[in-house]
Amino acid sequence: MTMHVRKLLTVVTEAGLERRLVEDLRQLGARGWTITDARGQGHRGKRALDWEYEGNIRLEVICEESLAERLASHFREHYYQDYAMILFLQDVEVLRPEKF
Amino acid sequence: MGALDPVVLFFMLGMAAGLARSELRLPPAVYEFVSLILLLAIGMKGGVQLATQPLGALLFDSLLVILMGLLLPLMAFPLLRVGGLPRADAASIAAHYGSVSVGTFAVALSYLLEVGLEHEPFMPLFVVLLEVPAIFVGIMLARGGSSRTRWGELTREVLLGKSVVLLLGGLLIGWIAGPVGLAGIDGLFFDLFKGVLAIFLLEMGLIASRHLDGALRHGPFLLAWGLLAPPVMAVIGLGFAALMGLSTGGAVLLATLAASASYIAAPAAMRTAVPEANPALSLTASLAITFPFNIFFGIPLYHWMANHWPGG
Repeated sequence: MTMHVRKLLTVVTEAGLERRLVEDLRQLGARGWTITDARGQGHRGKRALDWEYEGNIRLEVICEESLAERLASHFREHYYQDYAMILFLQDVEVLRPEKF
Repeated sequence: MGALDPVVLFFMLGMAAGLARSELRLPPAVYEFVSLILLLAIGMKGGVQLATQPLGALLFDSLLVILMGLLLPLMAFPLLRVGGLPRADAASIAAHYGSVSVGTFAVALSYLLEVGLEHEPFMPLFVVLLEVPAIFVGIMLARGGSSRTRWGELTREVLLGKSVVLLLGGLLIGWIAGPVGLAGIDGLFFDLFKGVLAIFLLEMGLIASRHLDGALRHGPFLLAWGLLAPPVMAVIGLGFAALMGLSTGGAVLLATLAASASYIAAPAAMRTAVPEANPALSLTASLAITFPFNIFFGIPLYHWMANHWPGG
């Protein structure tokens, strides 16, 4: 079984940004992503999820390294200053490289 | 002033449970559901009675209400600036206070029911009309109309927000169906209104309790603002009510709307349009200070003020 290396980009941010992030993903050419509700605590305060504008989301995208880096720098440029957001990249192995 | 409306006791319960760090938590879907019922019920109640009114006569009053929605944030902004807040924060708080809280309106409706005061049927229409203008004024105050603002997207977001869609939708449904048509569903929306409001307030108490530490942390100005701005804005509301010739009940509702601060539509819009404003400041003021103030003291106070209005 051959495994192929791709990048997994994970973004944890405010739920209110979801629509804009999805729009960015489309425009920059991501082919698929997964969004889940999240809660936790960071230096911008506790994010409790039990009220619509306090919630967080976790966005995961698996893609080519170049796209992952473009997405990461786009998000950093547009959202880091004013919004609660962290993101990180990891190598992951996938079975069907054409999907990502 | 009348006796304490039992529904506000639910707010106290939620607040107390939250402060005591109780295990009590409502699933987010419950909050969503009860606020949906409240919004639709308020809309439909207005719509049913609008069906019996000549709509043309409402046009002048509607314009006055929109004018009030523009005026309130414009008056709040310089005061907030004098209080030492940065431009973005002052603009955001001005937008919150110019816009309205449907939850506070619902408590005022319940209060009028308790004390047996009638009000004009078209008040829910004013809730919709007041919700939006202040948000745009707030964005203009922060941005000065700069090109960085994506107005199209923003307009869509504000006009298609949950509260506007459900209130307007309810108004239309009530208007089209009329009292007879709604007979089959009034059990859920009207008979259960106070019970649903009680659950809503329980959750609001829990939410407010989490913002309470912020009310103290952000200093005396924000606390003073959250307590003093509502009665002053209520006086403006009563002035507009007098201009329109509203009944005492209607005047109490308009004063309550003027005094209330948004915690749903305005926070979402401001987060998008003025992201550099600190959302904790405006939410703390509107949720943890002004909302409790209005439901406990404000509404009875505005009732008293309406009774003592010169010439009223």
